[in-house]
Amino acid sequence: MILIGELLIGLLVLFGAVISALSAFGLVRLPDVYLRSHAATKSTTLGVLCILSGAFLYFMLYLDHVSAKLLLGIVFVFITAPVAGHLNGRAAHRTGVPLWQGSVRDDLSEAIKQEQTREQ
Amino acid sequence: MKINDVILQTVTKIVVFIILTMAVYLFVSGHNSPGGGFIGGLVLASALVLLFLAFDTETIMKRIPLDFKMVAAVGAFITVATGAASLFLDIPFLSHAYSYVNLPVFGKTGLATVTIFELGVALGVVGVVVTIILSISEDV
Repeated sequence: MILIGELLIGLLVLFGAVISALSAFGLVRLPDVYLRSHAATKSTTLGVLCILSGAFLYFMLYLDHVSAKLLLGIVFVFITAPVAGHLNGRAAHRTGVPLWQGSVRDDLSEAIKQEQTREQ
Repeated sequence: MKINDVILQTVTKIVVFIILTMAVYLFVSGHNSPGGGFIGGLVLASALVLLFLAFDTETIMKRIPLDFKMVAAVGAFITVATGAASLFLDIPFLSHAYSYVNLPVFGKTGLATVTIFELGVALGVVGVVVTIILSISEDV
C-alpha cells in the first residue's frame, strides 16, 4: 500500500512536471498565437492537475489530512484554464492577429463575414 | 456587431460560487491557519470584480444594490466599535475576549470577538477595492 502510494505520487508529480516543461517548449517553438495558446492551455492544465493530485495524495496518505482546498483548486483550474485560453484566442482573432501562413481554413472569420452581410 | 459572451458568463456563474466559498473559508479559518479578514475580503472583492467583468456594471449593480463606499464606512465603524466596546467594560482599548461555547450544531467552539474586528476589516477591504475598480472603469 505504501509502496503503491509512493510510486503513484512520484509518477504523478514527475508526469505533471514533464508535461508543463513540454508546454513551455511548445510556447517557444510554435509559430503563431493560436498554436501557442493551444500548447499553453491544454498541457499546462493537465500538468498542474497532475501535480495537484500528487500533492493531494501525499497529504492524504502520509499526513492523514484530506485537503478540501486542493480538491477545490483542481476543480477550479480544470474549469477556468480552458476558458482563459478561449478568451485569449478570441480576443486575438477579434483584433486581427494573423494566422500562421500554413493554415488552411478559418471558419470564424467566414462566419463573422456572413453575419455582417446578413445584417446589411 | 453582436457580442456573444456565453462561455465566459456561464463559467462565471459557476466559478463565482467556488470563489465565494473560498472567501468564507479563508475568513473563518483565519484564527488558526493562514487567512483572515484582509485575504478573505480581497477574495470576495475578486469575485465581485469577476462578475463586473463578465456581465456589465449596471446589471450587477441592479442585483447587488450596495453603495460600496458605505460598505467601507460600515467596515471601519465595526472595527472601531469592537475596540471601543472594551472601554465600556473598563479595560484598555482593543482588548478582546475569547471563550469556549457549546453551540447546538458545532459542539464546543472557540468564539473570539476578534472575528467581529476581522469582519470590519473584510468589509473595509471589499468596499475600498470595489470602489477603486468601479471608479477607474467609469472614467473611460
